[in-house]
Amino acid sequence: MIKTLHKYASPMHFHAVARAWSAPLLWLAAALFLAGLVGGLVLAPADYQQGESFRIIYVHVPSAWLSMFAYLVMAGAGATSLIWRVKLMDAIARAAAPLGASFTALALATGSLWGKPMWGTWWVWDARLTSELLLLLLYLGYMALQSAIDDRRAAARAGAVLAVVGVVNIPIIHYSVEWWSTLHQPATITRLGAPAIATSMLIPLLLMALAFQLLFFALLFIRVRSELLEFEQRASWVRELLRQARSR
Amino acid sequence: MLNPALVAPRPASFAILRREMLRLYRRRGQLIQPPLFFVLVAVLFPFAIGGDEHLLRALAPATVWISVLLATTLSLEDIFRSDQEDGSLEQLVLMAKSLPGACALKALAHWLSTPAPLIAMAALMSSVHDLEADTRSALLISLVLGTPVFSLVGTIGSALTVGVRGGALLLALLILPLYIPVLIFGAGAVRNATLSTATGSEYFFLAGLSVLAATLAPFATAAGLRARLS
Repeated sequence: MIKTLHKYASPMHFHAVARAWSAPLLWLAAALFLAGLVGGLVLAPADYQQGESFRIIYVHVPSAWLSMFAYLVMAGAGATSLIWRVKLMDAIARAAAPLGASFTALALATGSLWGKPMWGTWWVWDARLTSELLLLLLYLGYMALQSAIDDRRAAARAGAVLAVVGVVNIPIIHYSVEWWSTLHQPATITRLGAPAIATSMLIPLLLMALAFQLLFFALLFIRVRSELLEFEQRASWVRELLRQARSR
Repeated sequence: MLNPALVAPRPASFAILRREMLRLYRRRGQLIQPPLFFVLVAVLFPFAIGGDEHLLRALAPATVWISVLLATTLSLEDIFRSDQEDGSLEQLVLMAKSLPGACALKALAHWLSTPAPLIAMAALMSSVHDLEADTRSALLISLVLGTPVFSLVGTIGSALTVGVRGGALLLALLILPLYIPVLIFGAGAVRNATLSTATGSEYFFLAGLSVLAATLAPFATAAGLRARLS
């Protein structure tokens, strides 16, 4: 078990695995996207209160889930790298950050697109919106730190500490923002409650969530590959790969 | 002949604390800078908001908290910079039996050098802002309970950005989101005091955040220093 783990945690093996898996994952994600979009945009009925505009949840909800999942991946990889000094984990953490930031930005953008017709404004200082914005700022801080430190390994280790600190802080930030918002913004937004979602609406949502998840992993693998190649540019296996690529 | 006082075994923490205090004393002229900056920022608000006294008094707690936050953030870069420039930071990392302990002392020294004078200045400023007694005491209590988080969490950011170009701005980017809970509870306590409602829960939250930061932040700072210097 440990041996297999060790094998796959080596940059060379992971690079090969990621190269083999990223294309199939992308195709699978594309197929699920197609199914989810047809189900969500065509087959699912319009919401009786929100009309057609509810359909944005098929992009909004999966990206909001991924915005948090990507941070966990980043912090988990960072913690693993700090404790066991696994090179691969540095690459994973660095690769996850821009993806997480993109999904967070997508969740914010789709949320305000939905908010304009529903709430009549692009932005409200609602607890969820605000914590999502702060999550985006945490990602951007991580990325700024990465670009400010030239040495990749040192940048990744400093980033790992920051990501772990962020993980401890995110619940605190989230609940304090909720406290702030509930105390000082009571019911400016009429919540629609949480009506049980109809199956015909739920299935496309789950398909889209799965598609986004697979897309995340496919993109993560592609980014990790390029991170690993740059991390290990002097290693013999990278040179071997380059030689093969040239002779092809 | 070695001075016996120098070779006698002595807890390292004592030496570190003594060094920090000595440095603080020798650079005591600099202690005035954060409060001055704080006053300047606080003076900017009336210019931006206008002369409406009602509005100014209503906004005073928020402006004080934000000015303290900004003044503290600007001072964070200095925590490790001179130590890094003269190489004593590496000695500290190599030598300290307990690096987290040393980091906690660094945070303490920072609190004494920046937030403490700021709180003293805030006490003066609150009479300028003509705050009521309740509001004033809530402001000072919330500052005393909340600012340790600024120093402790700020030390982590300072460790992570030590020796990085453009450090001050980057540091602010990294640290400000982490300060938001303190700002929420601190300014919330003062706002409750102006409305004459209970402020207890905010105090408890601030104290809780400080205790949490005091237990965890030194370890993160130590990990950050090791990450930067290895």
